Amino acid sequence: MRRFLAFLAGLVLVAGLALPAGANHEIVIGLQCDRTGATQTVGVKLCPGYHDYIQLVNSKGGVGGHKLKAIEIDHEYKVPQGMEAYERHKKEGAVVIGVYGTPHIYALAQKLTEDRIPGTSPGFGSAAAADGVRYPYIFPIAATYWSQGAAAVDFVKKQLGGLKGKKLAYLFFDNPAGREPIGVLEDLSAKEGFQLKTFAVPPPGVEMGAQVLDIAQRYRADFVIAHLFGRSPSVSIKELKRVGYPLRKVVSFVWGSAEADIEAAGGWAVAEGYNVMQFAGVGTDFPVLNEIREMYKKEGKEPPAEMASTVYYNRGVLLAALHVEAIRNAVKAKPDGKLTGDDVKKGFEQISGFTLGGLVPPLKITSTDHEGGGLVQIYQVKGGKFEKETEWFSAYGDVVQKHIKDAGKKS
Amino acid sequence: MIHRECGVLKTSYEADMALYPLPIARWTVGAIAVLMFGVVPFTLHEYYLSIVNLVSIAAIGALGLNILVGYTGQISVGHGAFMSVGAYTAANFAVRLDWPFWAALPIGGLMAAAVGAVVGIPSLRIKGLYLAIATLAGQLIIEWTINHVTFISGGVQASIEVPRPELFGLRITSQHQMYFFLLAFVVLATVGTLNLVRSRVGRAFIAIRDHDIAAEIIGINIFRYKLLAFAISSFYAGVTGVLYTYYLGVANYEQFQINVSIDYLAMIIIGGLGSVLGSIFGAIFVTLLPIVIRYAMEAFGGLLFSEAAVRNIIPNLRLILFGGLIIVFLVVEPEGLNRLWRNIRSYFRVWPFAY
Repeated sequence: MRRFLAFLAGLVLVAGLALPAGANHEIVIGLQCDRTGATQTVGVKLCPGYHDYIQLVNSKGGVGGHKLKAIEIDHEYKVPQGMEAYERHKKEGAVVIGVYGTPHIYALAQKLTEDRIPGTSPGFGSAAAADGVRYPYIFPIAATYWSQGAAAVDFVKKQLGGLKGKKLAYLFFDNPAGREPIGVLEDLSAKEGFQLKTFAVPPPGVEMGAQVLDIAQRYRADFVIAHLFGRSPSVSIKELKRVGYPLRKVVSFVWGSAEADIEAAGGWAVAEGYNVMQFAGVGTDFPVLNEIREMYKKEGKEPPAEMASTVYYNRGVLLAALHVEAIRNAVKAKPDGKLTGDDVKKGFEQISGFTLGGLVPPLKITSTDHEGGGLVQIYQVKGGKFEKETEWFSAYGDVVQKHIKDAGKKS
Repeated sequence: MIHRECGVLKTSYEADMALYPLPIARWTVGAIAVLMFGVVPFTLHEYYLSIVNLVSIAAIGALGLNILVGYTGQISVGHGAFMSVGAYTAANFAVRLDWPFWAALPIGGLMAAAVGAVVGIPSLRIKGLYLAIATLAGQLIIEWTINHVTFISGGVQASIEVPRPELFGLRITSQHQMYFFLLAFVVLATVGTLNLVRSRVGRAFIAIRDHDIAAEIIGINIFRYKLLAFAISSFYAGVTGVLYTYYLGVANYEQFQINVSIDYLAMIIIGGLGSVLGSIFGAIFVTLLPIVIRYAMEAFGGLLFSEAAVRNIIPNLRLILFGGLIIVFLVVEPEGLNRLWRNIRSYFRVWPFAY
C-alpha cells in the first residue's frame, strides 16, 4: 500500500510539473490533427507540411515582424478530444483554428461563432458552410463535396463527350459526408440527362466486392465517381481492377486520391489510369517546396520524408499558406500584431488571386462565399506518378449555389 | 468521530436511512460540494472548466451504464446509440416544435428509455457475451436508422443544430455557465443513483446480478426488472446524449458511434463495476488521462526528441501509455479505482496501526 501511495504521489507531481507556463506575444494558430485516429494516413503527412510552411514563414521573419506559433493537438478523430483541443487553443490565444474532421466542424460550428474565431475545414465538413452569411466563422477554403460532385460530373462529361443517356455510378462511403453530394448529383442527372445509380459502402468500408461487381457487370456503368475515405479507396481500386473495370473510367473525390491510396492498392502499376481530384497542387515542382528544402539544407538537415507524399503534404502547405495569408491581411490592417479572431476572419475574406506558384488554386474568398470558388484539378495515375489532366476548374456553379441557398432556407 | 464507526447505535429511522451515516462522510460531501460549486468555477480558467464539463457529461453516462452493467449484471454495448436516440429526439423536438430545453430533455431521456427497453428484450433469454452481441446489433441498427431516415436525422448530413439551452430567461453559452448547468445534472444523477441502488428496485437489480434464478425464486419479476434496468440505464444515456447535444449545439450521429459505447464500458470497468463513486472515477480517469499524458509529453518530450519527432510521437505514445496505464491500474486493483480508493481510505482510517 505504502509503495502504491508513493507512486500516486509521484504521478500527481509529474502532472503538476507538466502544466504549461507563460503566455507569449506571438500570433498563435491552433491546429487540430489526426495522426492516430480513423484517418491517420492523412494526418501524418498533412501536419508536417503545415509546420514546415509556418517554419518557413518564421525563418523569413514572420508576418510583418510577428512570429507565428502553431500549436498542434492530436484528437484521434474523437469529438470530446477535439472540444478539449479547441478550448486549449482558445486559452492559448489562437486567432484561427485549423479544424480537422467532419464531426468536429459540426460540433464546433456554434462555438466558433460565439467566440468569434475563424475555423477552416478544407475539403471536408458541411458544404453548406460555404455560405459566409449563415456560418460567418467557418471557412471551407477548398472545394466542398458539392463542388467536387459538380466538378466530377463535368470531368466525366468531357471524358465521355456528352452525358445524355450515359450510365454513371456513384460509389460512396455510407456516412453523412459520403451522402452529402447525392443531392447535387441527382440534380445534375436530371439536367444533363444521364442515369445515376448510387452504391453505398457501409463502414468500415473495406468490403465492397458486391457493389463493384454490380457496377462492372450488371449496371455496366460508363463512368464511376468514387467518394471514399480511409482504407476504402485502395480497396475500391483493387476490387475494380479485379472485376476488370477500366480504372481510367473512375474518378475519385479528394480523400481517395493520395500516394498512400495507390500504394495500398498494390502500387502504381495496378492503379494505372485512375483519375483523382485535388484541391492542392500535386508534385514536387513548386517554388514554395523548393524554399522549404532550402530551409532544411541551411539547417544542415535532410528534408522530411513526408515531402515525398506530395498530395497530403502539399495540402498541409496549402492550409498553412491560407492561414498565413489571412493573418498577413489582418496584420496589414493592424500592424501591431495584436490580432483578434475577427481580424483574421476579415483577412480570410480578402484572399484573392493568391496562388503560391500554382500550389494553391486562385481562390476568391468573400464575406458571402467562404469556399472561394470550389476549384479543383484532376490528375491521372500514369507511369508511376500523378499526371495533371486539367487546370483549376469548377463547374455547375448554379446548381451548387442553389443547394447552398436551400440549405440556408431550411434552418 | 472515528470511533463512532463501531457498532450499530442508531436510534431513529432517519439515522438508519441516512445516505451518509458517518459525520465525516457528510463533511466530506459538504466540502466537495463547496469546492465544486463555490471554489472551482471561480478560480479555474475556462479551459479547465471545459474539461470538467466533458467529465460531467461522461459521468452521467457512466452512472447510467453502471446501473445496468454493474448493478444488474446485464452487459450493453449499445449505449452510444441510446445517447443518439436521446440526442436526436431532443433536437427534433427543440427545432421542429420549438420546445424549450427543459421539455426536450425528459422527452429525449424517455425515448431513449423506450428504445433501450426494446433492445433489452433479448436479455430475458440470453446473458453475458451473447447479450453483448445482441446489444451490439441494437447499436448498429440504431446507427443505421438515424443515418438513413432523414425524418429523424434532419437531412443527409445527419446533424441538427439546436439553440443554446435557456433557463429562466438565461441563455447558457459560456463554459462557465455550462459548468453549473452540467454540474446540477451530475448531482441529480448521482443522488438519484445512490438512492436507486438502495431501494427495492435497486436490491432487485443486485439480486438479479448475483443469481437470476435465485432472484426469480424469491419473487422478483425478472422480466420487469431486467427491462426496467435497461430503461433506467438508457434514460441516463439519453439524458447524456441530450446534454452533449446542447453542450455542442448540434446533434450529429458521428458523435455516438460504437467506440463511444466502448469508451463508456471502459470507464465503468476502470472505475469499478457496481459503484456510484467508481463511475465518476472512471469518467474522470478516461477523460483526463489522455490530456494529462499529453501535457507530460509536451513538457518532457523535448528532452529526448526533436520537435518534429515529438509531434509525431506524442499522439502515438499517448495511445500506448493510455492503454498501458489502464492495464497497470487493473492489475494493481482488478475491482477498479473505487476499490483502490477504499483501500487507501481504510489504510488511513486506522493509521498509524496496520489494522
